Formats: sequence, C-alpha cells, structure tokens
Amino acid sequence: MIRSEILREIAPILNPHLVVCNIGLPSQELHMIDDNERNFYMLGTMGLSSSIGFGLALAQDKPVISIDGDGSVLTNLGTLPTIANNATGNYTLLIIDNGSYGSTGDQPTYAGQKTNLTDVARACGCDTVIEVQDKDLGPVLQSAIDSDEMTIIVCKCDSGNIKLPVITLDPVVIRHRFMEAVKA
Amino acid sequence: MNIDKKICDDLVANDISFVTTVPCKQLAGVIEEVENRDEIFHIPSNKEDEGMGLCAGAFMGGKRSAIIMQNTAIGVTINTLATLTQFYRMPLPMIISYRGELREPVACQVEMAVHTKALLAQMHIPTYHFHWQDDVKEFDNILKYTFMCNKPVAILTDANFWGGYGDQ
Repeated sequence: MIRSEILREIAPILNPHLVVCNIGLPSQELHMIDDNERNFYMLGTMGLSSSIGFGLALAQDKPVISIDGDGSVLTNLGTLPTIANNATGNYTLLIIDNGSYGSTGDQPTYAGQKTNLTDVARACGCDTVIEVQDKDLGPVLQSAIDSDEMTIIVCKCDSGNIKLPVITLDPVVIRHRFMEAVKA
Repeated sequence: MNIDKKICDDLVANDISFVTTVPCKQLAGVIEEVENRDEIFHIPSNKEDEGMGLCAGAFMGGKRSAIIMQNTAIGVTINTLATLTQFYRMPLPMIISYRGELREPVACQVEMAVHTKALLAQMHIPTYHFHWQDDVKEFDNILKYTFMCNKPVAILTDANFWGGYGDQ
C-alpha cells in the first residue's frame, strides 16, 4: 500500500479526533479524503508535525494523532527524546515509513536503508513503539488511540504518490477552525 | 530586584502556562525559576524550531506559550517563524539571551550578534532590547502586546542586563 491508500483506510478512525498532518502530500491527501475542522494541515515547516501535535496533546485532554513521515521524523529527530521524557497518554505519533521523501520526488531516506526508526524511537526512551505493516495499521491505530499509553507507530509501506492539488485554504482559517474544534 | 522572579511573575500574570527552553548560561536562573513555578508547565527542547512547534501546539490547545532561547536560535528558526508562527498568525513571546553584546567574553558569539537585529527586522518581528535591569519593567507590557497582535515578539536580553559574567 502507498500512503494515500493507508490514509483512505484509516480516515474513519482518524475522523473523530484531532489530527496534525505533515506538510505536502500527506496533508493534501487527507484534505482530499476527509477534510474537516479537526484536521490541522501543515502548509510549511517540514519536521514539526510531531512537535505541534505533542504540544497540543500536553495542553489539553483530547486524543491527538500526529501523522508524520520517515523523512520528516529524520528532520526533527531531536523531538523523540522530548516526547519520550514528557509522555502523555492522549498522544499518538503515526510515522508512515515509506523509506522515501514522497513530496519531493521519492528520493530515498536513510530510514529505508540502515536506520530503523522503531529502534530509534525506543532508544530515545519511548516506552510503547509498535512497528506495523500497512495492511494491519487500522486496529493498531484504534487501540493506540483508545489506550492510556502514549504510542509511537511506525507503519511500513510502499513509496508512491497520487496527483492532487495543493491546499488553498488560508492558514488562519485552518488554525481558527481547528482551535474551535479543540474547544468543542 | 530579582529579574528571574520578575520575568516569571509577569509570565504567570499574563496567563502563560507553557514554556519551552533551550539553555544558555545567561538564562540559567530564569530557566530554574520557570521549572520551579507550579503555574507553568516547563518542557525543555532539544532545538529551538522544535520548541516553536511545541508552543504552536500548546497555543492551539488553549494554553498561552513562550520560548526562552539564545539569539543563535534566530539562525535556526527563520523558516519556522515564517511558515508556522507568522503564517498561521500565532502569538509567541521569545525571551532571548543576546549573546555577543557588551560584556561578552566569547568572540564567536559576536558573529551571530551582529546579524540578530537585522534578521529580526527583516522578519518584521517586533523587537525589544533589555540592557539595564530596569528595562524589565517593560516586560509585562510586551507580553500584553504580543497577545494583542498575535505575532512572535523578540525580547533581547544582553549580558549587561543579566549582570555580566563575573570572573569568566
């Protein structure tokens, strides 16, 4: 499965919850599949989906899922120790690991080579790290959201992209409606 | 006047309850004070752009946030300031130790100091410079201004403000 197929499959699981989605194609795909006010689309700032979602999870009690990619996690690897050492049970970090920088033309990442993000997350001190194959993600994600344990999911999948338009929503609109959803 | 305490008093008075820090020798006292305050959740960051991401999330979660860092961080965070904090119009007080200014003992710090105000000006970030301890009296107004205009705002605090480096 490629990322867009995974997002289509887990969209009903994500739908009731606050989701912070990674820059580029992941946000564009989620926007196309299930646009709603509980999604925060990142239009810039590669690497910070994990940090933004984690800050949000620390600030309030609702479940938060950060959707990240292997390339973006590598960009902001230093946040994994921060997350591990300040764990909060309402936070799930979903790393869609296709071994490539999808939005920029599928250049290979080191996560697709010798670097194992599951091991990295564990070495950073994250207590619950689950590596899962794409087709098995749904139930793993659901139980991570339902549990009181902060969970890092590394979902191994194929690289590949679909063609779709950029998000033209104004960033302040994205932020405002998201904050209203947080308060709701 | 204890400036570490005054800064934290003003943070709390302005309902700032989420503070991330990246350490600097000059900031050790205020970071310790932040850590000791029950009203503030203190989360150290490994890098300043990560910290701005945490603050953005906390702000959207309903908590006023602030970052404490060194001015070298301006070189690290230009993209985050432009494409996250400014693009989504989020308030962010940035309490910045202004290394490389008067009474600085480390020459390399001057290399970023000479760019700091120019970079902040280029980013159209409102910038205040605390040189004398009395300047801290403006801090409360600066925090109110930050949350009025929903912008990142820089408060540069130099070695003279913090009382120098002693025998270093």
